[in-house]
Amino acid sequence: MIPETKLQVSPSPHIKDRVSVRRIMFTVVLALMPATLCGIYLFGLHALFVIVVSVSSAVVSEFLGYRVMGKKFTMDGSAVITGLLLALCLPPSVPLWIPAVGSSFAILVGKCAFGGLGQNIFNPALVGRAFLSLSWPALMTTWVSPFEGVSTATPLGTWKTGGGYASYSDLFLGRVAGCIGETSALAILIGGLLLIALKYIDWKTPVSYIGTVGLLMFLLGQDPLFHILAGGLFLGAFFMATDYVTTPLTGKGRVIFGFGAGLLVVVIRMYGGMPEGVTYSILIMNAFTPLIDRYTKPRVYGTVRKRWWERKK
Amino acid sequence: MSGFKGGVHPKIQKLTGYKKTEVLPLPPRVVIPLRQHLGAPCDPLVEKGAQVKTGQKIGDSTAPVSAPVHASISGTVVELSPKRLPTGEKVLSVIIDSDGKDEWIKMPALDPEKSSREELLQRVREAGIVGMGGAGFPTHIKLNPPKKVDTLLINGVECEPYITADHRLMLEEGEKVVEGAKIMAKILGVERILIAIEDNKPDAIEHMQKLSEGVGRVVKLKTKYPQGDERHLLKAVLGREVPAGGLPFDVGAVVQNVGTAKAVYDAVKLGIPLVERIVTVTGEVAEPKNLRVRVGTPFTYLLQQCGGTVGKVRKVVAGGPMMGFAVHEDVPVIKTTGCVLVMGEVKEEEEGPCIRCGRCIEACPMSLMPTHLVKLVRAKDFEACLQYNLLSCDECGCCAYVCPSKIPIVHVIREGKKGVRRLRK
Repeated sequence: MIPETKLQVSPSPHIKDRVSVRRIMFTVVLALMPATLCGIYLFGLHALFVIVVSVSSAVVSEFLGYRVMGKKFTMDGSAVITGLLLALCLPPSVPLWIPAVGSSFAILVGKCAFGGLGQNIFNPALVGRAFLSLSWPALMTTWVSPFEGVSTATPLGTWKTGGGYASYSDLFLGRVAGCIGETSALAILIGGLLLIALKYIDWKTPVSYIGTVGLLMFLLGQDPLFHILAGGLFLGAFFMATDYVTTPLTGKGRVIFGFGAGLLVVVIRMYGGMPEGVTYSILIMNAFTPLIDRYTKPRVYGTVRKRWWERKK
Repeated sequence: MSGFKGGVHPKIQKLTGYKKTEVLPLPPRVVIPLRQHLGAPCDPLVEKGAQVKTGQKIGDSTAPVSAPVHASISGTVVELSPKRLPTGEKVLSVIIDSDGKDEWIKMPALDPEKSSREELLQRVREAGIVGMGGAGFPTHIKLNPPKKVDTLLINGVECEPYITADHRLMLEEGEKVVEGAKIMAKILGVERILIAIEDNKPDAIEHMQKLSEGVGRVVKLKTKYPQGDERHLLKAVLGREVPAGGLPFDVGAVVQNVGTAKAVYDAVKLGIPLVERIVTVTGEVAEPKNLRVRVGTPFTYLLQQCGGTVGKVRKVVAGGPMMGFAVHEDVPVIKTTGCVLVMGEVKEEEEGPCIRCGRCIEACPMSLMPTHLVKLVRAKDFEACLQYNLLSCDECGCCAYVCPSKIPIVHVIREGKKGVRRLRK
């Protein structure tokens, strides 16, 4: 009755959840669509070209990078996310070689050099952006107004030079100068809430990150709502500080990560030379991720938690 | 109720929950392993060629942790040789050819009211009763804890998808479960009897509530795997956490499966040793069923009685899909076999790199960090494995179930345990 030779023996469990890496990655891409479409709508066709160039060069770079490493390339969607996220945090008017160079750097140096998916310490898209900002600072800070494409400053740039606050509705809907995908808090929120509802990301990260910025800005006498809505905070909080690979594993660790990143944003905006600090806040916190993981081990069932000062033998 | 941390919600596939248990016709031959529990194997009490009766003791041991085994049919012992268990190990087994008569030898019935605690405990041992939920720890040892306990927790949770054996038992023979629980409570000297059932079995909850009135209380639990694990059940029902390396009696409780309670009833009130149990036969079979099966009945015989398998069979699993064992040859039903699951074409996904999503950590009911453990085991850093509490792993498989990269996490952890034990030697 049992066809003896054909039976397969494998360890339990014999059933698996349907969620796969590919499914998660493409859901994140889907969640980024509102911000992407909003960016194209606000900044026009050139923004679309930037996105296309960025995504395709990310995928091609990953294919080549994996080939060189002798690893099997799979279209798991992670390179698409990196390319898309990088494009979304570029100024809409950049020449098209900028996303091409940025994406290649992000993938090859930010990811492949560490050993590929799951191995990198820093968020590849932000590595790419930081590289571009350091190499071509003028191109990376040339902003245009939505719809008209006229040169103008971002709301944070205006604030930094003492020009006051932009209106909440313009910030919320994205009708301000800024990077392609980060001006509309609403569009980002739609995608972010989708990922939270699907439990693909942890709400604790964006809440602690954005909450820290709001609270500290309030304590410093700034307009907290303006600082929450302006710049790249939403995109960073929902889509970059929640990157699985480079952020802490446990809920507690994610709260600490969000708090640290929020603190850094406030420090950079208030006391640094730049009007914006999201990129560097996350990159710096990425470096602390292994440390945070080590000190936020959950208390194992049936054991008594050891405090950090008791851990030394 | 407080619940327990972690766990997963596999799709509920109780194909047989509404199906009345059928009595499986006696098989022509049974294979009875001399060890069907956690503990020492039994020595055979019969020789090749001996005539045995149903219920006759055919194996016993003087080891402290062991339980005797009995013939489950009457007939002739035709062979004594090592045979494979559903768990994969080979154990010396007594093979009996049926004479078709099913002549019984029973022990004298006991009146639980008049019998002493020692007499009852001795009866539980003599009847060869072991935990019937899956692990199979000898029941007489669990009923004789070295510390005072205050609660007997009857486990009717049945959290594995597909299995309905305990569900049917509660519906069809709930009275015996309650009576068995009363006997066990007397042995333990406890007042409080709780019966835990998951809310996906509302009929069993209602039925058991009626039956246990004045005896104990039914606790309804939200359905979640692996709630049937006694550690998690204790946390969910009593909010008590068994210390690492400890046992439930350390927190004043004893957990017994509903099938075990029924077996205790049979042994004490009827003098019948543990020679049969309910097995759910499900999955890719023509007609999934709950069957009352004699211990030692080959799986193939069970499958025949369910109209055979359907389509291409890839796996036959002894037990549930989360913790069961895939078998590759015909094996017998043993005291702990609650389910035979036939699985068809399964999409085997290739293992990908860990993306540190943290899902395994969230799902782990023991609050371990499976993602770290996999890396440490693969790096053969067993010292660090211990610091990350590798030995606390229950092997429930939630981590591997949720892993989007399809890493066989629990399998790697099992390998790691072997490494750790080598290190300690």
